[in-house]
Amino acid sequence: MAPPAAGPVIVADDLAAAYGNRLIWQHANFTVDAGEFVAVLGPNGSGKSTLLRLLLGLLPPAAGSLQVLGKRPHRGNADIAYVPQRRNIDRDLPVRGRDFVHLGIDGSRWGVALGHAASNHRRVDEAIRSVEAQAYADRPIGHLSGGEQQRLLLAQALAGKPQMLLLDEPLASLDLRNQIVIAELVAELARANRLTVLLIAHDINPLLPIVDRVLYVAHGGVAIGKPAEVITTEQLSRLYDAPIEVLHDSHGHMFVVGLEAESAHHDG
Amino acid sequence: MVDSRLAITPYFGWDLVRVVQELFHYTFMQHAYEAGTIVAVSAGVIGYFVVLRSLSFAAHALSHIGFAGATGGVLLGGTTLALPGLLLFTMSAGAVMGALGQRLRGRDVTIGLVMAWSLGLGLLFTYLYQGAANLAIGILFGQIFGITSQDVTVTAVAAVATVILVLAVYRPLLFATLDEEVAEAKGVPVRGLSIAFMVILAVAVSEAVQVVGVLLIYALIVAPAAIAERFTTRPSRGVVVSAILAVLFTWAGLTVAYYLPYPVGFFITTIAFLSYILARLVAPTLALGRKRERESLAREEQALHSP
Repeated sequence: MAPPAAGPVIVADDLAAAYGNRLIWQHANFTVDAGEFVAVLGPNGSGKSTLLRLLLGLLPPAAGSLQVLGKRPHRGNADIAYVPQRRNIDRDLPVRGRDFVHLGIDGSRWGVALGHAASNHRRVDEAIRSVEAQAYADRPIGHLSGGEQQRLLLAQALAGKPQMLLLDEPLASLDLRNQIVIAELVAELARANRLTVLLIAHDINPLLPIVDRVLYVAHGGVAIGKPAEVITTEQLSRLYDAPIEVLHDSHGHMFVVGLEAESAHHDG
Repeated sequence: MVDSRLAITPYFGWDLVRVVQELFHYTFMQHAYEAGTIVAVSAGVIGYFVVLRSLSFAAHALSHIGFAGATGGVLLGGTTLALPGLLLFTMSAGAVMGALGQRLRGRDVTIGLVMAWSLGLGLLFTYLYQGAANLAIGILFGQIFGITSQDVTVTAVAAVATVILVLAVYRPLLFATLDEEVAEAKGVPVRGLSIAFMVILAVAVSEAVQVVGVLLIYALIVAPAAIAERFTTRPSRGVVVSAILAVLFTWAGLTVAYYLPYPVGFFITTIAFLSYILARLVAPTLALGRKRERESLAREEQALHSP
């Protein structure tokens, strides 16, 4: 594996995203550097997941250009790992967490596993250890708690030895303590493996200690910067084109007020 | 044929060599075991994925659609066109279902209506074909004791092809089944696999129709896999266990039917059903799961509260 290139690994130039004729957002200009941890924020339906789909090559840009790891996005890029929005894993699914992790290594190869068995098992063990999931990796995955499933899905993503990690709402449906635990785990793994991370979240607060920058997707546009630069009354009001207020509590937590009405308006 | 079996009193006892000699004495029994075994292996292997992909109702419907194809084939060109008709209908229906992919889920009403209509069509075709009552019974409930050596060859080729194809797509199929979104992002042709799988299933269903018939297909394709999934959480073992169970059910059904004057389809389905009940009693995965789930939550709580 080549070492991650220094400098930008994502370059968006006047990028636009659309489903058919429906424009999601446009005029997005930003870069993400190797090893950066970026939180992707914004109201429901604003096109956060769409951005990940563009990076994965599952959706072509509607306009502008996008470069990922020095190339145009294409499906099946082994250097990019993806953890989609938490799926409802069937409780009775008769498959171990370990088997899910294994798919991250050779799931897209044809045929049955014949060679590489031992080395692949080592890599699976390694990935499971790195998320501290040894205790329950051999249980049926549907029987595990949300936090445990999230760790194993993270292990699946890491097992493929990627350079970039795209996570869609990994903290959703976890309680606040678990949100912090998983967020810190992702940050730790990203540092250890020198990964660039884009993580979609609803709430910036559990991520404040670990993010480098935030990418805000709202009202058909995109803004990027340090949390303290982007999540401000002025910036968000301009982005949303509506009065938004950002409040701070004594711990430095940020609360965006006025979003709910906008998000309802936006989705409606 | 039934009469020839009843004409003598077949040996059954502790002398197993003699029992096996007895069972394989007649050509029709040899053919039944040969075809039954190959069909069971392919049904068991593909059945594992049918259950994992929640497609058991679709598999059931495919066989019914095949009934219209088989009877239509017979109506057009006699009994030699039964199998081509069966394959044509199941494979076309399979391709359509496969193209629908995830959207197939929750379409029980549509699938059920197509299934009922296919049975109705088959009824019309058998009515139009003179002297077709036996033909219809044969397709609906299987005719394993009427299988010719040529049928055995055709069935063997089809069954071996389905098993090889499933093994060829094993890993991406498992990936697409368990984790469709990630598989798609990783470059797995999810939609193509969905179509390929349903077409392979259509061939497997068409083979199985010869053994247990259109109506009893569940016993060979779904039951062994559903039982296997209660005993193993490893996909590779699940596939093997499912195939072994399907073979055992078939052998047991054929053997009992040789000695008793009742239809083999009854015995295979009964054995499958009783085994499933037994499996549920012996391996109550659900109850175990709930207990584990509580442990899991407790563990998480503990981890959070410890410094």
